Amino acid sequence: MDFFDTFLNLAVLQRSLPMLLQGLWLTLQLGAASIVAGLIVGLIVAMLRMYAVAPVRIAMRMYIDVLRSIPLLVLLIVIYYALPFLGLRLSSFASALAALTLVSGAYTAEIFRAGIEAIPKGQFEAASALGLSPQRTMTDVVLPQAVRIVIPPLTNNSINVVKDTALASVVAMPDLLKQATQMQALTANPSPLIGAAILYIAFLWPLVLLVSYLERRFNSGRRV
Amino acid sequence: MSGTISIRNLRKYYGAYEALRGIDLEIERGEVVCVIGPSGSGKSTLIRCINRLEDFEAESEIRVDGTPVIPGRSLAKVRAEVGMVFQGFNLFPHLSVRENVMLAPRRVRGTTRAEAAVQADRLLARVGITEQADKYPEHLSGGQQQRVAIARALAMEPQVLLFDEPTSALDPEMVGEVLDVMKSLAGTGVTMIVVTHEMGFARQVADRVIFMDAGEIIETGSPEQVLGQPQEARTRNFLSAVLNH
Repeated sequence: MDFFDTFLNLAVLQRSLPMLLQGLWLTLQLGAASIVAGLIVGLIVAMLRMYAVAPVRIAMRMYIDVLRSIPLLVLLIVIYYALPFLGLRLSSFASALAALTLVSGAYTAEIFRAGIEAIPKGQFEAASALGLSPQRTMTDVVLPQAVRIVIPPLTNNSINVVKDTALASVVAMPDLLKQATQMQALTANPSPLIGAAILYIAFLWPLVLLVSYLERRFNSGRRV
Repeated sequence: MSGTISIRNLRKYYGAYEALRGIDLEIERGEVVCVIGPSGSGKSTLIRCINRLEDFEAESEIRVDGTPVIPGRSLAKVRAEVGMVFQGFNLFPHLSVRENVMLAPRRVRGTTRAEAAVQADRLLARVGITEQADKYPEHLSGGQQQRVAIARALAMEPQVLLFDEPTSALDPEMVGEVLDVMKSLAGTGVTMIVVTHEMGFARQVADRVIFMDAGEIIETGSPEQVLGQPQEARTRNFLSAVLNH
């Protein structure tokens, strides 16, 4: 067997393509849902972490620190295999969504906090002096400026979330990687894995390029 | 609606350091008060307490038009009536000049977008920034930015305007254009408290000059009195240092 027959076997690739595309679809659904949920969790956690009463602030800080310390795979296995003992049985998709959201939320919270803390104090003061409420100050003055700062790191985080969806294959979710390993077993040929790698790259490379572009653009001038 | 300010026993600590040592001050409607003094004397802290950008001790009391400046609903009411102009302009960089002026009327007063835009253009004309309404703050000179900041404060139709060293961050050639706008506001009925190092402005425009040092009011009176015949040694020392450099 030569290299092409082993790794880029077109007959095998063609046969596995429908399964890979099914897996890709599920991976993208899981990725998108985790990214959106992580953004919402992250923004709420960042606000509580910065502005809530002291016990809540401490709790949020612990959440952020613990979730950034725990390996995602461990968290996923705990949710999928341990929670049923407490009577909480989640599907593989729901387990993966929960694990990815919890971790992404912790990272996103820190990104938002850094973005908000980068806004000069004078902006908060000017808004307060004009009579804007703290909520209005946040939505109309601080967040629109902070968003420009946090878009590159948020995009980076989103890439990580999509890559981490591959871990869901461990809890038997038929995502892109799981489909590829199954087809590999079925055909006794690793070409489906190469096919999966190509699909990941095809989707994530443009995002990586987007991050570089955004970073250049945001660094070149203060305003978009 | 008037614009009177009443300050009783105003005390402010930064840790153990006493920044304001029991200030008592009554300011009438429409009065123009200039606060002068060496840096660290507490003059900026004093005016930042009036809209409570700085917290102060519970034993102290400030009232604006009789409304106590305490957190909650009454503070919101005070802030809507008290405009502030900062040394560093603090314009909102993500909004155009016109939108900077429109923001507070729309969000605090509930003015419609169209009305707020008309009002903003009128105020920008008043401070001489008609041409730049659609530009963003970073494309304006310092003097222009500070005039926009004044228009932004005026948009809330304040009874009181606080100026915190409004010309200190400006290149010398731009100081005049900002002071001219401020002069045009004096005598329009709005109460103005101006922390400044511009002695010429204080002499020409102020109804009253207050000299502060080390967190206390040392001397107060008409510009002729305080700047012309200061009674206190500290005032004389400060003025000779400022005027003979």
